[in-house]
Amino acid sequence: MASIFEFANPTRFMKLSGMLLPWLSVIAALSLIAGLYLGFTAPPDYQQGDTVKIMFIHVPAAWVAMMCYGLMAVASLLSLVNRHPLADVAAKSAAPLGALFTALALITGSLWGKPMWGAYWVWDARLTSFLLLLFLYLGYMALWNAIEDETRAARAAAILALVGVVNLPIIEFSVDWWNTLHQGESILRSGGPLIAGVFLWPLGLMALGYTTLFFSLWMIRVRTEILNRRARSLMMGNA
Amino acid sequence: MEVFFAMGKYAAYVWPAYGVSVIGLVVATVLTLSAHRRAKNKLAALESAR
Repeated sequence: MASIFEFANPTRFMKLSGMLLPWLSVIAALSLIAGLYLGFTAPPDYQQGDTVKIMFIHVPAAWVAMMCYGLMAVASLLSLVNRHPLADVAAKSAAPLGALFTALALITGSLWGKPMWGAYWVWDARLTSFLLLLFLYLGYMALWNAIEDETRAARAAAILALVGVVNLPIIEFSVDWWNTLHQGESILRSGGPLIAGVFLWPLGLMALGYTTLFFSLWMIRVRTEILNRRARSLMMGNA
Repeated sequence: MEVFFAMGKYAAYVWPAYGVSVIGLVVATVLTLSAHRRAKNKLAALESAR
C-alpha cells in the first residue's frame, strides 16, 4: 500500500502535465514569434538606439532566472518539511534551467553594458548579486552530484537553496539600495510603466514566451526524472 | 535589409546577444527532449521484458 501512496502524486503529475504541455509549448512558440517580430520592427530608442533590442531578451531571461530560483526554493522547503515525493525532483530539475537563464541574462546584459556604459562588466550591486545567483545554481547542482545517497543529497541541496533565497531580495532591491549603473525598475512600478508601448508589447510577449518555455522544459524534465525513477525501481525489482 | 543588419551602429552587440540566447535555448530544448525520449524508451524496454 505504501508504494501506491507514493506513486499517487507522480502519477497525477504525469496526467496533468501531459494535458498542459501542448498548450504551454504552443503559447511559448507563438509569443516568442510575435515578440521577435514586434521587437525587430520597433524603432530605435531615442537614447539607446538599437541596443534597446537587447532588452527584449535580457529582461525576460533575468526574470525567469529569479522566478526559477524562487520556485526551486519553495520546492526545497516542501521537500524538507512535507517530504513530498515530487518536491526534490522539481527542485533538482529546475536548477540547470535556472543556471542557463541566469547565464543568458548576464551575457546579454554584458553585451548591452559595453555600448551603453562603456564596460562589459562592472562590480556593482545588481551585477554582482546576479553573478552570485549563477554560483548558487552551480553550487546546488554540484552538491547534488557530490553526495551519492539521494536522500542526503536532496536534503543538503534543499538547505543550500533555502539559504540562497536571501539573494533574491538583494537582487531585486539592489538598484534602490546602492548607487548602481544598472537602471531602476521601469515596468512594475507605482504610477505605471516608464517604457513606451512600442517597447512594452514586444517585451511583454518575450517575457511570456520565456516563462512558458521555461515551464514547458521544467515539466518535461520532471517527467523524465519520474520515468527514470520508475525504471530504476523496476530494475531493482528484477534483480 | 542592410540597415536592419547594421542595427544602428550596434550590430556587434545586438546580434551576439540574440545568437547566444537562441543557441542556449535551442540546445537546452534539444537536450531536454532527447533525455525524455531516452527515459521513455528505457522504461518501455524494461516493462516489455517483464
